[in-house]
Amino acid sequence: MTQTKLVDADGLKRTINRLAHEVVEKNRDVRSLAIVGIRTRGEHLAHRIAQKIREIEEIDIPVGILDITLYRDDLRGRLDQPQLKSTEILFDISGKTVVLVDDVLFTGRTIRSALNALMDIGRPARIELLVLVDRGHRELPIKADIVGKNVPTSSRQEVRVLMRESDGEDGIYLVEQGNA
Amino acid sequence: MALESRHLLGLEGVSKEDLTLILDTARSFREVLERPIKKVPPLQGKTIVNLFFENSTRTRISFELAERRLSADVVNFAASGSSVSKGETLKDTARNIEAMKIDMVVIRHQSAGAPHFLSRVVRANVINAGDGLHEHPTQGLLDMMTLREKHGSLEGMHVCVVGDILHSRVARSNIHGLRTMGADVSVCGPSTLMPPSIEELGVRVYHRLEDVIPSVDALNVLRIQLERQHSGLFPSLREYHRFFGVTKERVDRAPRPITIMHPGPINRDVEISADVADGEHSVILEQVTNGVAVRMAVLYLLGSSN
Repeated sequence: MTQTKLVDADGLKRTINRLAHEVVEKNRDVRSLAIVGIRTRGEHLAHRIAQKIREIEEIDIPVGILDITLYRDDLRGRLDQPQLKSTEILFDISGKTVVLVDDVLFTGRTIRSALNALMDIGRPARIELLVLVDRGHRELPIKADIVGKNVPTSSRQEVRVLMRESDGEDGIYLVEQGNA
Repeated sequence: MALESRHLLGLEGVSKEDLTLILDTARSFREVLERPIKKVPPLQGKTIVNLFFENSTRTRISFELAERRLSADVVNFAASGSSVSKGETLKDTARNIEAMKIDMVVIRHQSAGAPHFLSRVVRANVINAGDGLHEHPTQGLLDMMTLREKHGSLEGMHVCVVGDILHSRVARSNIHGLRTMGADVSVCGPSTLMPPSIEELGVRVYHRLEDVIPSVDALNVLRIQLERQHSGLFPSLREYHRFFGVTKERVDRAPRPITIMHPGPINRDVEISADVADGEHSVILEQVTNGVAVRMAVLYLLGSSN
């Protein structure tokens, strides 16, 4: 297994700053915005983007956390069930523009699950998808509205996003499986 | 993360890790129950049969709600008016279930061990919803969940089960589960309603509420079945209330607030006085809500892994 660093801590910070600016630029009415991060790293990313928007616009955007475990299409047949955690969206998403945040966009299946989960919670006016990395290989017709970095990958590779809150460091790595 | 067993037959022998997994998962389902749309999809396409050989409206409704909220297809089977009253054996009933391609079976039966028997003859996951005087594991779990929410951790807390221990599967499931989680468990009741050698399960036995109240954190008050007043095990309901009734006067003597639980249905002013049942430390309705969450957790953990 080999690991290549794509983005370091400083680079990640700059990317997140840019993403926050893009969210604000795309949504003139920041008051109707809400940010929902998909557990686990999407959650940290969502908080950081909300923090940055607070600095830019001096407004608190509500942040929620979405657990998609119950909506996965690969639950059956898995011996290692993922631990179910709570969804914590403590505000009404109906009528809001929800920016759905995840770290890596790959097959699109996670996003499909997340969309279903969101619809069960309320009826947002709009949902926008923000991802830190788009690595391609979509299996569903899903496209991100705001992308931090496009990383062309092969199916043998994996993109690993590390964040201080859960991993103790910030960075994006490209991991090569097997003996390439 | 998956449970060690394919079935939930009792809390005896279930590891601390598995109990913790069920309770943590149940906490996440509590959040689902607060949503405007309370349905989630993980058991879509699964068929669950509720086999109730003994009447129990509330346990059945709680299971059925849990099943439907996980998007399972649900079939109910009540013994009265069914093939059982026509003389069919449990084994034949089981074979018929098997032939109908059922994925999970929830069974309530008057005989201890019926769920264990079923688990050996069918491929479906079996969940015990109460078997004879043996166990009622999901009730034990919901009691544990309620106590954990109220007190943070079960480790070291003193829980006393009060009442008719002899005829109580709830007491047995409480004892096994709570002891595995590190709680200190005692039982209190008249000696005629105390099973012989109950101490061997690792509990202390009291015969006076006054003796247990100074050190207890929670009382789990069992229902006195009204039909037992003619059994000769205690003289009268009034006398039972006088000696073992959980009254305001008794709990007010405690040095700290005592959490009050009851598996329902309540006989007001028999085993518990109305003011205690409705008092600020009563978590009786919390237990009912947690019952649905805990059953969702068990069904989800057993049902979505195969």
